[in-house]
Amino acid sequence: MTKYLVLIYEDEARYASATPEVFGQISQEHTDWMASVEKTGAKLLGGEALEPTPTATTVRGGEVTDGPFVETKEALGGYYLLDAPDLDTALAAARTVPARFGGVEVRPVMTFD
Amino acid sequence: MATPTAGVAAAVADAHRREWAFVLAATVRVTRDLDVAEECVQEAFAAALTDWATGGVPARPGAWLTTAARRRALNVLRHAGVERRHLPLLVEDRVDGGVAPSLVDDAHGYPDDRLRLVATCCHPALDRPAQVALTLRLVCGLTTPEVARAFLVPTATMAARITRAKKKIAVARIPYRVPPPAELPERVDAVLAVVHLLFTTGHTAPAGEELVRRDLVERSVELARMLRRLLPHDPAVAGLLALLLLTDARRETRTGPDGRLLLLEEQDRARWDRPAIAEGVALVREALRGRPPSRYALQAAIAAVHAESPSWDDTDWAEIVALYGVLTQVWPSPVVALNRAVAVGFARGAAAGLAALDELAGEPQLAGYGYLPAARADLLRRLGRVGEAREAYGEALLLTENAAERAFLDARLRALG
Repeated sequence: MTKYLVLIYEDEARYASATPEVFGQISQEHTDWMASVEKTGAKLLGGEALEPTPTATTVRGGEVTDGPFVETKEALGGYYLLDAPDLDTALAAARTVPARFGGVEVRPVMTFD
Repeated sequence: MATPTAGVAAAVADAHRREWAFVLAATVRVTRDLDVAEECVQEAFAAALTDWATGGVPARPGAWLTTAARRRALNVLRHAGVERRHLPLLVEDRVDGGVAPSLVDDAHGYPDDRLRLVATCCHPALDRPAQVALTLRLVCGLTTPEVARAFLVPTATMAARITRAKKKIAVARIPYRVPPPAELPERVDAVLAVVHLLFTTGHTAPAGEELVRRDLVERSVELARMLRRLLPHDPAVAGLLALLLLTDARRETRTGPDGRLLLLEEQDRARWDRPAIAEGVALVREALRGRPPSRYALQAAIAAVHAESPSWDDTDWAEIVALYGVLTQVWPSPVVALNRAVAVGFARGAAAGLAALDELAGEPQLAGYGYLPAARADLLRRLGRVGEAREAYGEALLLTENAAERAFLDARLRALG
């Protein structure tokens, strides 16, 4: 089994302008996804949503600055950590991650023998 | 040690072309590591050169090579153990099957290993250049310098591309298996796209002195034939093989003795490869049964209309325009629309063709595509609008680096006076 980090990148502006109903739907979609993801063959090890990038602080070379590491239209907004036998299984799970304002990136977690 | 005779060398070269993918795929099953498998297969081919010189060419070279490569692989695994591994093992095929029954080879009870190899090389998690490079390297057995030459990039660049792709397969754990039925059509599409890209790259080399890169064309036809054997019921596969055969049937007549590019209307149809055309036409009939027909089936059907037409003047342009119409629906693409406009120019006259072409002028995908000004120039020339034609030929010349194509455009430009 390999661990995969599913990074959720979405347009924060779309969230900022979303109605409470839309927030409710998205939240329900995540709850449903977490409840059903194991049907894809992947195991859910964890996951969190992040506060938007205006709350981010960057530290580079000891210097502290306001804002995210890189300014992008679609920013990292949350992640799930999966355990899966292969990339296809991880991708099957990742395909169904709710990310209506963007998409997800799947990265294998490095192992040290 | 016996010196290999010309006959033995030819037998080994022949086995390399025919059996490489089969031998490598069977060896990966043992090693679960592409690099180790490749080394063992290369050594097996090297051993064949000397062993076949003394013992004679075996009745089944593929089986001999597979046994030799797998024996080496087992030795490597036994002696080297785990410490030589830099990368994780390839994911093994899951035993639960999940493979379409039509793919299962009756003799072995599992799908042909080559299908697994080519499906892995064309995994959607790899970008298209990586898919193409891996397919040439692992499925066709080309060396890295050969693959680099095929795409006119430095060997170091190609080596880096191949290394990166192999590393991704191992580290991200792209499974080494035939995709399950639900994913198979998408993966077959990717495989067909890779083979088609190889063919088109070879058919009109993007740069260089020769119009056709024979090696690439032949490799892609061989790959399409292999896929046809592995997936005999897939109409898209039949369509692609038909398209390649029908297009390549004209190969010998596409340039004159001086290397000049000859248009379809100038080509000597008596020299077209008739057996290839017959085979292609039979495949087109089968391919068109797919619902909806694949883009390859439709492109092949268009090629078949040309191939079966006794002369340029007899070309059934109405049929070709109709086929392009269906193709635009199945595969909406500005390039297809461009080809349709050219066909309209022959079916309904140059003015109608130009009108269809001008609708495409704003297509961002066609910006920088040399065939657009070239087609426009030809229609303008036929309409006697010399000044505009000259301008369009000039624009087309700026956009191609193929010497034969440039010579053709130059000649047309000069003929305008």
